[in-house]
Amino acid sequence: MMSSRLLSVLAAAAVGTGALFGVAQADDKSIIVQSTTSTANSGLYDHLLPIFKEKTGITVNVVAVGTGQAIKNAQNCDGDVLLVHAKASEEKFVAEGYGGPRTDLMYNDFIIVGPPSDPAGVAGTSDAAAAMKKIAGANSLFASRGDDSGTHKKEKALWKAAGVDTAAGSGKWYRETGSGMGATLNAGIGMGAYVLTDRATWISFKNKGDYKIAVEGDKSLFNQYGVILVNKEKCPSVKADLGQSFVDWLLSGEGQKAIASFKLDEQQLFFPNAPTS
Amino acid sequence: MRAKSIVFRLLDLHLPAFRKFCIFTPETEQGLCILHDFAESFRLAFALVVSGDRDLYEIILLSVQVSLTALLASCIIGFALGTLVALTRFPGRGLVIVLFNTFMGLPPVVVGLLVYLTLSRAGPLGTLGLLYTPAAMVIAQTILITPIIAALSRQIVEDLFGEYDELFRSLSVPVHQAMAAVLWDARYSLITVALAGFGRAIAEVGAVMIVGGNIDHLTRVMTTAIALETSKGDLALALALGIVLLAISMAVNAAALSLSSTAARQAYA
Repeated sequence: MMSSRLLSVLAAAAVGTGALFGVAQADDKSIIVQSTTSTANSGLYDHLLPIFKEKTGITVNVVAVGTGQAIKNAQNCDGDVLLVHAKASEEKFVAEGYGGPRTDLMYNDFIIVGPPSDPAGVAGTSDAAAAMKKIAGANSLFASRGDDSGTHKKEKALWKAAGVDTAAGSGKWYRETGSGMGATLNAGIGMGAYVLTDRATWISFKNKGDYKIAVEGDKSLFNQYGVILVNKEKCPSVKADLGQSFVDWLLSGEGQKAIASFKLDEQQLFFPNAPTS
Repeated sequence: MRAKSIVFRLLDLHLPAFRKFCIFTPETEQGLCILHDFAESFRLAFALVVSGDRDLYEIILLSVQVSLTALLASCIIGFALGTLVALTRFPGRGLVIVLFNTFMGLPPVVVGLLVYLTLSRAGPLGTLGLLYTPAAMVIAQTILITPIIAALSRQIVEDLFGEYDELFRSLSVPVHQAMAAVLWDARYSLITVALAGFGRAIAEVGAVMIVGGNIDHLTRVMTTAIALETSKGDLALALALGIVLLAISMAVNAAALSLSSTAARQAYA
């Protein structure tokens, strides 16, 4: 008798879950956006999506991973729209026919944050490559994403510009966490390392400790986000109409204004720069 | 999680009461407030639960639904497989037992990856469109815990079967009847087996993160919400969610215990 009661509890759970799947799958007016942790963690989508849903009735489901993984997922046809920040990789994605066209959507910038003791003496400077050269030269700890994300790609480009070979320092002063921006900040702050991060994640980050922005304001720290509709010819499962209306709305005057109006602690996190037609 | 604003409105944080736990370092105001963080997390956990926040209850409900469904599927498969292996002799049986026991240690992230590659639109079952749905999470957790159920029930049933073997053989009881009889007699031990499976399912994050995608209002469960808050640096809220998750597990375990003890009382009354 106990077993039958236990079974009925389990059966009820199963039925409940079945109903849940029914709801999830009946909701055809939904799309999947493959995007980055920086946009999702800052709360940008919590701000944008309700506005878009009210206007169109379309539910946007955001999968937030690193740019590298987002592009890979989109190549596997597991998303309708790609919204990431690594222009070269995005253009490669388009050139290989996985989607397109790619349009500039918005920007902000990267910064290097560091401990108040500033062991490499870079605080308050603006030349990113020079600062990174000094960090490497002083063997100061640097926590890298190491995950092929947009931020990681930017960081690698900066090391190249600085003429530093990080492979030699890997595991010593150069610490690759292989994880998301937030996890890398948690680890970097925990070990007293410098970290390259996008400004939106930094402003919304809650575990800053006594860390401060060390380097900011360099042209090379520019961070451009782009948006791409996945190609229906390569991926028949793509909901091209719904995806296109999301892309169109983001690029429209209304969408651009919604992006600009997203603020945290009175600071604007993303600056719309879609081309005006 | 949007629960946040509600929580902070709800809390009149009388933090000075906890500040005595802080060790202040001379150069910073913040100091080491580890105990203070714990205390705040407990307050947050309590405030979250009593706030009746819809987002939170949605996440809790999905966690329990996904893991219980996976448990149900795993029990059906695992008890059958475990009992069958316990009661029969065939070539390669030792290897099967070793495999069961090995797969108890399946890394969740590897299971997530395999299910992702299978359910991805580019994968063999892509046309089903199951990736980034709760169904995908159930499949991943079922794969994760079926070996635990099968391996543990195999051992329990085999030990018990030793006592019955001669009796069954003298009466020429067919295998399926023997299986049913032994499963029934082992039912109390098997509840503990099921709880071990449930614990593994509800606590894992690696598999559901990959196949579910941690999508707000669709596939976000307790563990992926905890990972998200950790990555936002909101460690107090992350820990508070962890406390809530433990409380859910405790409730499920207590319910199972009371069910089985009630049943045992009735059986011997």
